[in-house]
Amino acid sequence: MRKPRILLVDDEEEFVKTLAERLQLRDFDVRIATDGEGALDIVEADPPQLVVLDMIMPGMGGLEVLKQIKAMNRRMPVILLTGHGSTAEGIEGMRLGAFDYLMKPINIDDLIKKMEAAAGSK
Amino acid sequence: MAVFNWHQRFIKSFFRFEEGDASPDRYIIFRRKFIILMILVTLVPLSLMAIINYHQYRTSLKNEIIDPMGVLSNKTKHSFELFLEEKLSNVRFIASAYPLKDLADEKTLSRIFRVLKKEFEGFVDLGLIDCDGVQVTYAGPYALRGKDYSQQGWFHEVLVRGVYISDVFMGYRKFPHIAIAVQLMAEGCDGWVLRATIGTEKFDNLIASMGLDPESDAFLINDNGIFQTNTKFYGKVLEKCPFAPPRGNYGTYIAEEIDPMGREVVSVYTHFNQLSYAIVLIKPRSVILKNWFTLQGEMILIFSASVVLIFLVVFKLADVLVKNMREADEKRELAYRELEHSQKLSSIGRLAAGVAHEINNPLAIINEKAGLLKDLVEYQDQSQNKAKFLDLSGSILNSVERCKTITHRLLGFARRMEVQFEILNVNTIILETLGFLEQEYLYRNIDIRLQLAENLPQISSDLGQLQQVFLNILSNAFAAVEDGGKVSIISWDENPDMIGVTIQDNGCGMSEETLKHIFEPFFTTKKGYGTGLGLPITYGIVKKMGGDFKVESKLAEGTKFTVLLAKNPKDIGDKL
Repeated sequence: MRKPRILLVDDEEEFVKTLAERLQLRDFDVRIATDGEGALDIVEADPPQLVVLDMIMPGMGGLEVLKQIKAMNRRMPVILLTGHGSTAEGIEGMRLGAFDYLMKPINIDDLIKKMEAAAGSK
Repeated sequence: MAVFNWHQRFIKSFFRFEEGDASPDRYIIFRRKFIILMILVTLVPLSLMAIINYHQYRTSLKNEIIDPMGVLSNKTKHSFELFLEEKLSNVRFIASAYPLKDLADEKTLSRIFRVLKKEFEGFVDLGLIDCDGVQVTYAGPYALRGKDYSQQGWFHEVLVRGVYISDVFMGYRKFPHIAIAVQLMAEGCDGWVLRATIGTEKFDNLIASMGLDPESDAFLINDNGIFQTNTKFYGKVLEKCPFAPPRGNYGTYIAEEIDPMGREVVSVYTHFNQLSYAIVLIKPRSVILKNWFTLQGEMILIFSASVVLIFLVVFKLADVLVKNMREADEKRELAYRELEHSQKLSSIGRLAAGVAHEINNPLAIINEKAGLLKDLVEYQDQSQNKAKFLDLSGSILNSVERCKTITHRLLGFARRMEVQFEILNVNTIILETLGFLEQEYLYRNIDIRLQLAENLPQISSDLGQLQQVFLNILSNAFAAVEDGGKVSIISWDENPDMIGVTIQDNGCGMSEETLKHIFEPFFTTKKGYGTGLGLPITYGIVKKMGGDFKVESKLAEGTKFTVLLAKNPKDIGDKL
């Protein structure tokens, strides 16, 4: 099975780069963005198959980015990362159309499972 | 102002309790102090007033009764004096109007005596005595002509004072009478005396005219305390009076004494102006104070009734006051504890949020870096230390996982998300929340039994918070049961204001000691993986939503969580 093309969005560069490298080790095609605007540009220019999106970012927040992605492509699966440890925020994101959510720090195997499920659901 | 301060200080010191004195005795002490103070401030003035009134009434009533006794006694004295004065005038008139030769003439004197006896009552005899003290003529029932009075005291007293009125004495006929003697004033008869004897029946009439009640007595005595009239209770005429009349007192004298019959009596002594007589009026106290005793009885009755009433009111008042005070204290204590609890939660929450938030991001980076390290070793490194590297990085990742659990819980506990109310169906939320845990209960083969009320009313609440509540309780239930255990969820319409949800498991249950602490932050029985924040968070949310939260549990039998949720949490604003 071909690995999906992924966009990772997180304002913490160290985090996003390391995670991208790990996913690339697993043969994922990964792009990264460190803010909402950059993420939306990539989605618009070269739509990925899946977006992994941090909820808390300076400037445009994760939920806002989620709404705009959904506005552009309703079927684009988005997995949310939340650093606040609250299921409620994740649930809020899911109500806005996110496929699922994960709490930071994440377990890469969980992420991959959810990404595969999301890609499969598409 | 000083008085006011003193008063305030007194009240404060009287009702003050030691700081932090929460012993149940303080209500008993307060009640006792209150009762004593109230009884003091009511009974002291009442008693003083009663005593003053008692004495005032007694004095005025006594005066009202005793004064008329004095008046009556005085009037009787006047009557006596008038009577004696009249008799004296009669004799004086004869002594002045008739020449000595007429009076010395037996026939003329007899005629004068007859007229006298006829016109003026009481005269017994009439006689003329010469300057040698020998009775020269006599008109009357006895043969007293020639009797020599020269040696008798009264004869000399007449010669000195001009007139003489004797004490009562028994005459030849053995009935009481008095003698009146007058010195003749005409020329040539110096030392001659006209003497008349008068019966004392009139005295008895005068005493009788006082109209005394059967218990009282009145009589005449002379200076030596000899009865001059008969008495009702104390003896006959010329006997010694048992009362000691005051000597040398001219006027009215009132005394309270005990009579020979043992009665308490009030005696009024009224002395005659000229004569050495006194009229004595005796009334028993019981007669005088009859009205007083009635009044006294009524006063005692009213006083006693007032005292009983005061006691009843004060005791009742004290009870009500203490009850209200106790209830207010209990309410305050409860409110204080709740506040303390929520403040504790909130301050711990702020601290936890700070720590967790700061730690969570670096933790994510550590996680990824360690993960990458592990990946690199796993995918590319063929060195002899590969196993060691994998073990070390796995260990880092495990530790990160443990930290993550703690920071996530801390953040959840500390989260102060704004509550957003919307109309929700609790059954739907339960099903959704159960959906998050589907994998776990399917994997562990846990028997989920749902008994959700149909037509359960919708409530106004916050979706995220409610989900968190059910997620926490369900997680606990799942943790408590063995694989293949049973968890039942029941929802129902409790009352017009509340709906209820019960989540019950047949797991390990909790001891009473554990139950006491389950709402305390950081208390956990899940050694190693519990944060001790789940139930405090749940409790806080339910309370914030205007609901209630109950836990019943028995070791080895299971635990039952009951959540009551307000349909319309109106006062939510106060609690947030």
